[in-house]
Amino acid sequence: MPKRNDISSILLIGSGPIVIGQACEFDYSGTQACRALKEEGFRVVLVNSNPATIMTDPDLVDATYIEPLVVDVVEKIIARERPDALLPTLGGQTALNLAVELAEKNILKKYNVELIGASIDAISTAENREKFKIAMTEIGLAVPESGFAHSLEEALAVGEEIGYPLIIRPSYILGGKGTGIAKDREEFLRLAAEGLDVSPITEILVERSIAGWKEYELEVMRDKNDNCVVICGIENLDPMGVHTGDSITVAPIQTLSDPEYQKMRDAAFRCIRRVGVETGGSNIQFAVNPATGEQLVIEMNPRVSRSSALASKATGFPIAKIAAKLAVGYSLDEIRNDITKKTPASFEPTIDYVVTKVPRWAFEKLPGTKAVLGTRMQSVGEVMAIGRTFPESLQKAMRGLEKGRFGLNCDPAERTWDAFSDGELLEKVAVATPDRIFILETLLRRGVSPDVINGHTGIDIWFLDQVRLIAEQRKFLDLFAAEKKDLSSDFDRDTWKIFKQSGFSDAQIAWRLGLDEDFVRRDRLDKGVVITYKTVDTCAGEFDAETPYYYGTFEDEDELREAKKQRVIILGSGPNRIGQGIEFDYCCVHAALALREAGYEAVMVNCNPETVSTDYDTSDRLYFEPVTYEDVMSVIEKEQRLGAGGLKGVVVTLGGQTPLKLAGSIPDDLILGTSAHSIDLAEDRKMWSQLLSELGISQPKGALVTNLEEAKAAAESIGFPVLVRPSYVLGGRAMEIVYDTGDLARVMAELSASGSLGIEGGLSANRPILIDRFLEDATEVDVDAVRDKNGDLLIGAVLEHVEEAGIHSGDSACATPPPTLPEDVVAVIKDYTFRIAAALAVVGPLNVQYAVKDGKVFVIEANPRASRTVPFVAKATGVPLAKIAARVIAGESIAELTGSGIIPEGVDVFGKDWTRDTPTAASARQSEFVCVKEAVLPFDRFPDVDALLGPEMRSTGEVMGIAPNFGLAFYKSQLAASNTIPRSGGVFMSLADHDKPQGLKVAKILQENGFKIAATSGTYDYLSENGVAPDILVAKLSMDGKAESDTSDRHYFGTAVDLIEQKLVHLVINTPRGRGPHADGQYIRHVAQVNHIPLITTVSAAKAAASSIGEVNSKGLDVVPLQEMHFFTGANQLEK
Amino acid sequence: MQSSDIFYRDRPKALLVLENGEVFEGYAAGALLGDPSLTATGEVVFNTAMSGYLEVTSDPSYAGQAVVFTYPHIGNYGVAPDDEESGRPYCRAIIARSLPPRPSNWRSEIDFESYLISHGLAMIVGVDTRRLTRHIAKTGSLTCAIGRGSESSLLEAAKKEPGTLLQDLVKGVTTDEKYFYSQSGISGKRITVAAMDFGVKKSMLSDLALLGDVVVLPAETTAEEILAMGVDGVFLSNGPGDPEALDYISSTIADLLSKVPIMGICLGHQLLARAVGAGTYKMAFGHHGVNHPVRSLDGDRIEITSQNHNYAVAIDNLPDVRVTHVNLNDNVIEGLEIPKANAISVQYHPESAPGPHDSKYVFDKFKQMMIKN
Repeated sequence: MPKRNDISSILLIGSGPIVIGQACEFDYSGTQACRALKEEGFRVVLVNSNPATIMTDPDLVDATYIEPLVVDVVEKIIARERPDALLPTLGGQTALNLAVELAEKNILKKYNVELIGASIDAISTAENREKFKIAMTEIGLAVPESGFAHSLEEALAVGEEIGYPLIIRPSYILGGKGTGIAKDREEFLRLAAEGLDVSPITEILVERSIAGWKEYELEVMRDKNDNCVVICGIENLDPMGVHTGDSITVAPIQTLSDPEYQKMRDAAFRCIRRVGVETGGSNIQFAVNPATGEQLVIEMNPRVSRSSALASKATGFPIAKIAAKLAVGYSLDEIRNDITKKTPASFEPTIDYVVTKVPRWAFEKLPGTKAVLGTRMQSVGEVMAIGRTFPESLQKAMRGLEKGRFGLNCDPAERTWDAFSDGELLEKVAVATPDRIFILETLLRRGVSPDVINGHTGIDIWFLDQVRLIAEQRKFLDLFAAEKKDLSSDFDRDTWKIFKQSGFSDAQIAWRLGLDEDFVRRDRLDKGVVITYKTVDTCAGEFDAETPYYYGTFEDEDELREAKKQRVIILGSGPNRIGQGIEFDYCCVHAALALREAGYEAVMVNCNPETVSTDYDTSDRLYFEPVTYEDVMSVIEKEQRLGAGGLKGVVVTLGGQTPLKLAGSIPDDLILGTSAHSIDLAEDRKMWSQLLSELGISQPKGALVTNLEEAKAAAESIGFPVLVRPSYVLGGRAMEIVYDTGDLARVMAELSASGSLGIEGGLSANRPILIDRFLEDATEVDVDAVRDKNGDLLIGAVLEHVEEAGIHSGDSACATPPPTLPEDVVAVIKDYTFRIAAALAVVGPLNVQYAVKDGKVFVIEANPRASRTVPFVAKATGVPLAKIAARVIAGESIAELTGSGIIPEGVDVFGKDWTRDTPTAASARQSEFVCVKEAVLPFDRFPDVDALLGPEMRSTGEVMGIAPNFGLAFYKSQLAASNTIPRSGGVFMSLADHDKPQGLKVAKILQENGFKIAATSGTYDYLSENGVAPDILVAKLSMDGKAESDTSDRHYFGTAVDLIEQKLVHLVINTPRGRGPHADGQYIRHVAQVNHIPLITTVSAAKAAASSIGEVNSKGLDVVPLQEMHFFTGANQLEK
Repeated sequence: MQSSDIFYRDRPKALLVLENGEVFEGYAAGALLGDPSLTATGEVVFNTAMSGYLEVTSDPSYAGQAVVFTYPHIGNYGVAPDDEESGRPYCRAIIARSLPPRPSNWRSEIDFESYLISHGLAMIVGVDTRRLTRHIAKTGSLTCAIGRGSESSLLEAAKKEPGTLLQDLVKGVTTDEKYFYSQSGISGKRITVAAMDFGVKKSMLSDLALLGDVVVLPAETTAEEILAMGVDGVFLSNGPGDPEALDYISSTIADLLSKVPIMGICLGHQLLARAVGAGTYKMAFGHHGVNHPVRSLDGDRIEITSQNHNYAVAIDNLPDVRVTHVNLNDNVIEGLEIPKANAISVQYHPESAPGPHDSKYVFDKFKQMMIKN
């Protein structure tokens, strides 16, 4: 009797917004779980605050709640839905923590909800360090020895017993302050004393240091019959000391002999059994001493994790789906292996290729941080690459990262290291940084021996030798170039094959030989060195694979089968990064589903292992490949030869900037939807400005410049402040508001070819920079629309931003329907959108950003591609915008899609002949709810970064609040973003002068709601003079965080920091002016951040917060599933 | 010698030709490097384990076969002599995608290629091993020839190679004389096991040594001789080739049945089955890997097992034989019991090496059988 019949409905908790350490891998796992449970006939209830997820699509489960992941709210959902069971192991740490809280507060018991997948006891055994250590010792598994100490004597006693080297970790400190490694007694005494000093409870953890040991992970599954299997073993290239999320990792394990591996496997099974994870997946980490083989258990995750997503993609084994089925009673042998369709899931995948994962960081967006890797994860995304050998997969990963690299060096960016001596580079390589792997190759190419580098880094010789092979190969190119040999005649087929098999891209070879990439590529193809696609099949070719999951390599045999239908290639968005995340993957997934529905074979190209798009059953064929010109062209050429209806074309407008950048190099006739020319027109600032003036549409006054002199002149004529921005970037990369000439010089330097952006390749000198007038205090508006080939335009939503223009739209909260925009302004915005779409000849999605100042509408920019807000709009309006866009791109018209019911009734559609004079009505389709999207920022990970918003995007994810009015929806969005607005208590206010009039309104509402107000002198005086006298006057801070001395005799109640630390302040409203050393504000924001006090840095957000407090205090919060959101259709739909 | 780079610039080219004329290009390695005239022939088998190349290479069951490893990087952790399953490799050649410049593991004493060279074993690298594997999975077992010679000469050699069908390969691998295998440090031994060596793996003997004293016997030892030794149990080892060619052993086993507890592994399992009248047959391409799910019919546990066999047991209504284990991938019989005769056997490898330790209990079961007897 496989499936449990005693439960019929299951609540699943998602992982909330994308944050560092918890990204879209949990959308992938959650989506798989939802589907698996639905397939088994369960009623599935889902809660997740993240609208950009596939799992929150309303047709996936029975009741979808996009609500904050907090106990009170989830209790309301449980009360409303009364599920029989809660499955907490597929939503990351967030879901696990929430489940524990629900159990501890007896809510599960109260509503008779059974926890399935993992028990509370198992969770706490795995999560609590001390309990885990005891449990492991009990079953004879070694863990790093450690002990707590509260005095120097105690520390010495603990330390000497364990033996050096030792790591000292002070308790309850943030950002790793006071942590250090001591090699001997003297060093230990010094570090221990320091550690005890910085710990607020005078406690340090003294632990055996295993930095430099080899690091491994095993992904294990267990079923109710106690059957255990290893799905995947992973070896980290970076040894212990670098967080596994920040490490380059490789599957399968490379340097363990079978007895060593089996010992680890045995230990992993003992661990999962002892911890008591009854069913599902777990991840267990090990450290191995390279000199003795000694193995230690480091930690275990009693749930599906980031590594499980990687393991699933690396092997083809769908861990989350199987975990969900195990949780409802199946055993492994009762579940079929989807890939072979013949064999059961109770086996261990074996692979015949090498998988390499490389993280992607965003340090360049976080000034003030040091790009040094450590035990705390800092990366924002990752790329995975598959090759037949490690060098091939490593090089593919390097170009898949989209950092402008062609592979592992052998490209313009490698010159960065030319200026350094071997000694300097050896010093650098000893520190784990994002650049380390490139420095390794440089050193090896210069002839430094792998053994020397191993001594400096602890990186295993095997990996270093493999990198050396790449370097040796590269030296062959150097020689080839030096001898002025000719590619066509001297680079034979065998040589070509060897280069391609070691992962060299055509671009690398072209660069080193000073040739054009296309020329090099043609030479290769002429010599018959053509890519071959191999299948990811879980069984190394032993059984026939049914699942079309492919990777490219250069071998003898190609395994692609004839296609059955005409097909469309969808280009994915590559690794997640700030500015390009899950939202674009959501669009690609919808495109795949929509195109399959429309009768095409959907073909996906992507290299991000965390996503739903790289799930093998999302598309008809998945190419797990880098999204670069060469890799994409290889797929295109193969797909063209698969028969049956041929290749219809390529979708480039749904995967963000990655595929859009390729639009120009893919043959024109293959680009579906908006043409490459139109894409250029919108991106090129000069052509774009021209177009707008022809249309008579206003934009902020601006000028195009190519150097500092021109920039200075332009800024002076336009007037400061100005917005400086380059072309072809996403996420506002390097966009800045500049207040004076000095600042302008700094920004222009950054943008030059030698600046940080030049290296990224996001900008080239011949693409001019735009200097715009910055509209202060303007309201920013986003419009998401789709235009078809006939010229009809569908407007998905008009989104009003909460923060004023100048804050990047990705970092700003926004709401729909627009809470404050007057109807006539909305009408102008729709008119502009219609005309811009027509002028750009858009066929597909379009996003236009506007600034509204004093009732006048200015266009900021237009992007003829799907925007970050598409999924939010779909959730808020019930209009499947991405799906519609995909089908329009493939050639269907809006009229046809309306006819077939894909476009719901009452959506704003403007016929092709529509003009501004055509009588218009307000949007026919109206919801009874207001939806607010809020951005989630990574500042808690980077305590050294000022938590201020600006034109450069820095958020990693988003949440959504749904409520009957704006105030409540905003409140929910803040709650979901872990920026919980207090309903009462103390507020600290420090406002820039020009924010003070608006701030007064805020203060008034807060006071009415019983808040005590503390303010710095300027704000204090202004509020007092205007009838809202604050309760407390606080002193300003100087650079060092001490109260500034004041000659007046006013009585100060300490500083804001004192108030925060005394827990007297529950909300900080601190609005800065301009950029630069505003030490006072920065220090306060920092302290608020580390004390987890909600922080508001714009007066507009403060207004929204204040209004929400009033609403929530009077009305309370309620929950509603997407399936019950009602949309009203007005009678007077627009004339066509 | 140190194995060269994976780019093979210094390596001569080599070919692998299958008996059906299919050709695979690669580069010379192992003994082929120093001997341009060397041609290795054998039946191609693919092994899907990602670690354990040394155990496989030195496993006598691979006699007569050329082993292709499906995992591309072979030789990563070098050679630790402790992991050898016998004194030398018995397979005919090794086929791989890539060799590392040098091994990396604290236990390694020499690199894998040097090990092969010291034993005169041919190797070919740089082969599209996945294509070869898929080919064999489609056509079934084929013989091959590997060398630096011409395609036509290799094809001829491949065709001449007899393969394993109806070949007695045991006589080439069994011990010439009986000997005592014992592990030091085990005290209080009471049980004596006679291990019939059809090509026994060292790890089997060391697992048996945990049960008691082990005396290893040549394959041709007669039942009378064994019974005269007064042993507590007889162990039938693994070994190479076709059990159908080994009826002289099956009849020895038939004479032992019911007289002494018996346990068989792999070839020993097949021979036990033949001794009670079951048939054996050649599989399409066999089971060679460490990830095969096997269900024990005595419970609901699944064992992930290590396997290496090209032949399997067919049982048609034999009243005295009970099937105890089946392979979940293809329902092949993986274990049986002859309750009346106090005999058990498994087709897979509970001693692992390489492979998971899920099935060590089989040895304990044997011990119980011997104690009870």
